[in-house]
Formats: sequence, C-alpha cells, structure tokens
Amino acid sequence: MHRTSITQARELLQQKKLSSVQLTEAVFARIDQVEEQVQAFVHLTREKAMQQAREADARIAAGDEAPLLGIPIALKDLICTEGSRTTCASKILDQFVPPYNSTVVEKLIQAGAVIVGKTNMDEFAMGSSNENSHHHPTKNPWALDRVPGGSSGGSSAAVAAHECVASLGSDTGGSIRQPASFCGVTGLKPTYGRVSRFGLVAFASSLDQIGPLTKTVADSATLMNVIGGKDPRDSTSANVALPDFTQALQKDVQGMKLGIPKEYFTGGIDPKVEKAVQEGIRTLESLGMKTVEVSLPHLDYAVATYYIIACAEASTNLSRYDGVRYGYRTEKSDNLVNMYENTREEGFGEEVKRRIILGTFVLSSGYYDAYYLKAQKVRTLIKQDFDNAFEQCDVIASPVTPYPAFKLGEKLSDPLQMYLADIYTISANLAGIPGMSIPCGFAEGLPVGLQLMAKHFDEASLITTGHKFQQNTDFHTKEVPL
Amino acid sequence: MSFDIEHMATLARLRLSADEKERLSDQLGTVLEYIEKLKELNTDDVEPTAHVLGLSNVFREDEPAQTPLAVHNPISDSPAHDKGHYEVPQVL
Repeated sequence: MHRTSITQARELLQQKKLSSVQLTEAVFARIDQVEEQVQAFVHLTREKAMQQAREADARIAAGDEAPLLGIPIALKDLICTEGSRTTCASKILDQFVPPYNSTVVEKLIQAGAVIVGKTNMDEFAMGSSNENSHHHPTKNPWALDRVPGGSSGGSSAAVAAHECVASLGSDTGGSIRQPASFCGVTGLKPTYGRVSRFGLVAFASSLDQIGPLTKTVADSATLMNVIGGKDPRDSTSANVALPDFTQALQKDVQGMKLGIPKEYFTGGIDPKVEKAVQEGIRTLESLGMKTVEVSLPHLDYAVATYYIIACAEASTNLSRYDGVRYGYRTEKSDNLVNMYENTREEGFGEEVKRRIILGTFVLSSGYYDAYYLKAQKVRTLIKQDFDNAFEQCDVIASPVTPYPAFKLGEKLSDPLQMYLADIYTISANLAGIPGMSIPCGFAEGLPVGLQLMAKHFDEASLITTGHKFQQNTDFHTKEVPL
Repeated sequence: MSFDIEHMATLARLRLSADEKERLSDQLGTVLEYIEKLKELNTDDVEPTAHVLGLSNVFREDEPAQTPLAVHNPISDSPAHDKGHYEVPQVL
C-alpha cells in the first residue's frame, strides 16, 4: 500500500476503499522497516501526521475533495514548519523551531496533506551527495554504499524507498534533479518565481526554487497545482497565472520539437549514461516529437559562473547566523566579535565555510568586477543561449548528470570534482527556466535520469512530455531492492 | 592562484584553525584557477543579470497586514535573553 502514487492513493481514498489513517500507518510501517538503512529523515512527525490523517478522513467523509487530502508527504529540512524543528542539516540551526509555516506548507496543509517528517540534505543545500549533513549521510536505496545525490537527497531517497508518497525539495543548481536522477524518481525544478520561497531557508536567493519529488510526472502536476502561484510574502514570486497542470497530462507530444544541445554530449559523460539518455530521446521521437540540434555554446562556463554567483549570495545570506537572535551560540567567547567568530566556526560545516570564504572573496574590494560582475555578465550570455535555442524547439533534452550515483566518500576530498558533476543542471538555474528529471534507464543497476528543460513558465510542456514518456516506458515503476 | 585567507576569514567573521586555513587555501586556490576560465570571454558589451525575471521595486499597498507572528515574541528564540532583551558578551 505504501508503494502508491498520489494519483492512485487519491482514487482509493475518495472511493473510501482506503483511509488516510491506514495509508499513513502503512507509510510509517515502511519507515520502521527501511529507515535504519536509508536514513532519509532528520526527524519524523508521527503523532502530528496521525492526527492530520484522522482529520483528512473526516474531511473525506464530509465530501471534501481537496487535491492532497490524506496523502503522506515529506519535506526537505529547510522548509520552515511551525512548531517543528527546521535544521537545514546544520549545527547552527540544530535546535531551531520556526514560529511560522512557509507558504508551501500552508498550501499543502490546506490541500489536506499529511506531513510525515523532515528529510535530510546537504548542510544549507550545499552539496551533491548528502554527505555534508550535520546529522548523518543518507544512503541510496538502490545501493546502500552509494550516495542518493544532493542536496535534496533525503527527499529523493524517501520517495524511492516509499517512505512517503511524495516530497518537496529545493533546487539551486540541480538539487532536485540530480538526486531524482540518482534515486530513479521524478523531480521538477519549476521556473524561478513560480513557487513562493517564503519560509525557505535561503542559500542563493536568485537561484533557489522549491519543487516536487514524486513517483510519477502526473503526481508532480498535482503538487505543482497546489504549491505554485504568486505570494505577496515573496516579492520575487512571479505574477503569472497558474495553469491547471493536470490538463497538460491530456496533451499529445505529436509535432512538438525536442532540442538536443550538441555540447551536452561531448566528452566526460559515462557511455552507459549517454546510451540510456539517447534511447530516451529515441523513445520521444517514436512518440511523435521531432528532434532538432540546438547549441548552448556557453555550457563550459556555467560551473564557474554558478559557483561565483551562488557563493556570493550565500556569503551574504548566511551572515545572519550570528548567535544572537536564534540558532546556536558558542560557549567560548569574551567579547562580541569573538562570539560571532566562534559561533560560526563551530556552527558551520566545512563545505559551508568554503563557500562563505569564496563568496566573500568574489565580493571583496578589488575583486568584485573581475569575478562577481563578470559572472553576472556571463549569466546573461547563458540565458541568451536558451532564448535562442527555444526559438527552434519546445523542450530541450539532455543528461542530468555525467554519471550515475557514486560511492559514499568517493568525491569528498575534491570539491572541484564535486562541483563539476553539476554541469548539466546549473544552467537552468542561471537562466531561471524549469527543468525536470525522469527515469530513462539504468547503468549497471543504478538509475539514470533524462533532463527536460523548457521556456520560463512552461512547466506544462515538461509535464506533457514527461507524462507521455512514462505512459510508454516502465523505468519509473522499477522497485528498489529493499 | 593564492589569496589572503586570513583577511577573508576576518571579513566573513569566521575563525579558522591553522589546519582549516591550509586546506581551504589549497582547495579554493584550485577552484579560483578554474574560475579564471571566465576571462576567456569578452563581455564588454554585455549587461549583467542579477535577476532572471527583471522585477524591480515590488511594492504592496500600504495597508495593515494580517500576520501570524503578532503573538510571537522573537526574543524568546534567542540562545541568550533576559527580561525581554538579547544578551550578548561585552561590546566595549
């Protein structure tokens, strides 16, 4: 029963063949069975969830048809939840209990969702493996000696291992799509500004975006209908009408143009990953899409541009953690300045410090123009590449990552190698466009994802394409060996 | 390329151990060398992008807002507070 998708569960719940209490109990029984191995969660909100499930059953009995009524959902631990800890997988926020709900949580609760718990992540969403968590590393449910990806690794592993029906993550440079690819689930990073960031702990404010991790594309359409839309409390949320994304599930891909960026298939990519991605593209062709070659010539500069901009924004965003107003404070201090310094030294992990230092450097006097301003200009070029490409196609298809899930510890000692693994995903964040990862095959038993990207606010085309693909393939239904 | 890690740590209000300083210097040196790549591109006539949607000055109507925080005293979230004030070590 815990293996259900949102769509399946909703049907059973509304027909009263299943109660939310039964479904929620089944999910927690599954958590009890596999969580010791997977370690996807930072903490569970079992009692609250059971109460929400009982309330959902009462609402269903009264004829309520809210879109997520009674569905168990997990949240990445940087999405603020009123009265329950939101740690960002950092020591500095380890005991932080937000006094308010983020907008997405308010919307989920209104839609009737049951909140299972908070999922593990790389500290402050900085990382591609979940090994930078202050709590513990999460394991890939497909192979427990491998990483689930990051930074939303807990959210993707929890969905793959059926420890929740769906989850929310956040994506600053690939943090939804890369773990979705590594864990064989569907991950959607919406257009920048599509989903409110109010109550999302900030990493890089011009890039961060919340999105769904689900078992199917149809489920991500349901979740997008709930979480999307303009929010007066987030001034960067866009005032653009929210379509009914479930309508995109009915559309055909016949005649749609699929752009293949030639730069994404040259060198550095694992041949087994490339083969799965190429076969995925051929499947879409066989379903009626017409492929065209497009060019995104500044791909090679995306990683450098991203790390300058993301670290600069992070260094300013994280300056708020001073040990005064909330969060951790050092025991060792005799004046205000060394209280700040010791609090931050003890409270942040090494990757966070690395990025704060790099961000401080690129913004510092004498280096601002050479690094930060330069990166903002290259960001314009990368955005223009996509504008040009989308004149020739509706959707762009590419790999998500150059290789499948790697082993725990394999890349920890070489930050640059870890950064380079994000090469295919970060351009979408720099350009602000939506991107999706859907399972398209396996490389030696490990899932491989196909990335689909579309124009600003055209998540509907991703949903149409992804859903058509899943109706004609069964990669997304394969089960983890747990 | 090397840079003054001591100075950056001071600006960022981070105390780093000697061991951390050495390791971070080395690693960030490699990252900075990689970042130099951007200099290959001529961007003289390119406008910088700070924000992809081009929004500026998003205002709301100047009306009283309903806020759920009204009943919450944020000082109670502080790791050290006394009589409704934040407590900090000596400043002067």
